[in-house]
Amino acid sequence: MFLGGSPDAPVFSTGQGLVLTLELLSISSAIGFALAVPLALARNSSNWLLSRSVWLYTGLFRGTPLLVQLFMLYYGLAQWPWIRESWAWPYLREAYGCAILAFTLNTAAYIAEILAGQIRNTPHGEVEAARSLGMNHWLLLRRIVLPSALRRALPAYSNEVIMLMHATSVASLVTLADLTGIARQIYAETYNPFEPFLIAGIFYLVLTNALAWIFRRMEKHWLAYLRPREAH
Amino acid sequence: MLIEHVPHIAAGVTVTMTVALGSLAVAVALGLVGAACKLSGSRLLTLLAATYSTLVRGVPELVWLLFLFYGAQILINQTSATMGWQAVEIDPMLAGITTIGFIFGAYMTETFRAAIMAVPSGQAEAGLSFGMSPLRVFWRITLPQMVRFALPSFSNNWMVLIKSTALVSVIGLNDLMHRAAMAKSATRDSFGAYLVVCVVYLAITGVSIGVFRLLELRFSRGVRGADL
Repeated sequence: MFLGGSPDAPVFSTGQGLVLTLELLSISSAIGFALAVPLALARNSSNWLLSRSVWLYTGLFRGTPLLVQLFMLYYGLAQWPWIRESWAWPYLREAYGCAILAFTLNTAAYIAEILAGQIRNTPHGEVEAARSLGMNHWLLLRRIVLPSALRRALPAYSNEVIMLMHATSVASLVTLADLTGIARQIYAETYNPFEPFLIAGIFYLVLTNALAWIFRRMEKHWLAYLRPREAH
Repeated sequence: MLIEHVPHIAAGVTVTMTVALGSLAVAVALGLVGAACKLSGSRLLTLLAATYSTLVRGVPELVWLLFLFYGAQILINQTSATMGWQAVEIDPMLAGITTIGFIFGAYMTETFRAAIMAVPSGQAEAGLSFGMSPLRVFWRITLPQMVRFALPSFSNNWMVLIKSTALVSVIGLNDLMHRAAMAKSATRDSFGAYLVVCVVYLAITGVSIGVFRLLELRFSRGVRGADL
């Protein structure tokens, strides 16, 4: 019986897979976002070396498949002694750590480009107004440019988070038991592809819609001032 | 030494490109049909197309790939067993092309719908009033003009599609990823093997960006840009 009550029942283990998927998503999107903000600022920096190195980083990570990046870290890192001897090795030895690192670096590259674009698009009036009030560079960034750019980046950012959620499914290819991983395990045991992948698919569909709903609420709150207004 | 394996890995680019271009063709066909359904005004067709694009875009590509590949295999085996035919193996290349094409058809549906809507409707009306058939109006009037509007989103979809082809090694295709895995076991230089794959993908995406820039120029001829 597929929906049986025993602890090893597929639905039960799918629940564990869901937890791992959400864990991968939340950790890597949080660190990725924290990395992306300074990267986006550096991308727009007048320092040629700084902006070009961020350009190179985002170009490399956006131009190659996430799966290759993950395999590179998972299979490749162990070949350097200095990594095996470093403090990070206990994390990077595990598929979990490699997956988080790959997803974080990947999503940081995409989000940095989204943010950098919005920073460039800051209305010049906002900047001039802040300057005329005597704000210095950092205050201007912190109070005006970043809040304004982060708000306008919200719609594109929500797409990116949903894409990242879907992208975490490749973690199953380095042995992790996320939603897709559990479905593959059940398939390997039962040779029945329909129910496990269907259930995993439904979970992803629900997650996609839940994330989309949350972001719609956020847009309603933070982008209220950009909504089309009725003419009086 | 990895260097001896580089040509073998790089030769996987033909498999990768075949999958990519094949699924692009499927995706464009499905996308045009999907867009036509969404714009048809028929409630049933709109609902069908909306279901297609929602379901496909809500579930990861890898899950679709595994579900369709293994699922179709079982269905074919069962049918051939009940019919008393010999068991048929699905060709992974065909499976990869149809699955990735099926997935990106959903994204293309939105791309083409937006692009068709951006062409002034008076253009199509003029064609119809001259006695052109709707198909001819589409081919001669709407299509050439919608390309310009579709290009930015189309090129994004293509970039994501080309990177998605890395997944097809999971269903047994001898693509770049699969060849890198073989070189990895032979040389123990996993990082280097996947680095070669990265370089090939970067070359493909780099050339694509150039081609799209040319297409954009070609299809924007005679269009006056806004003076900013």
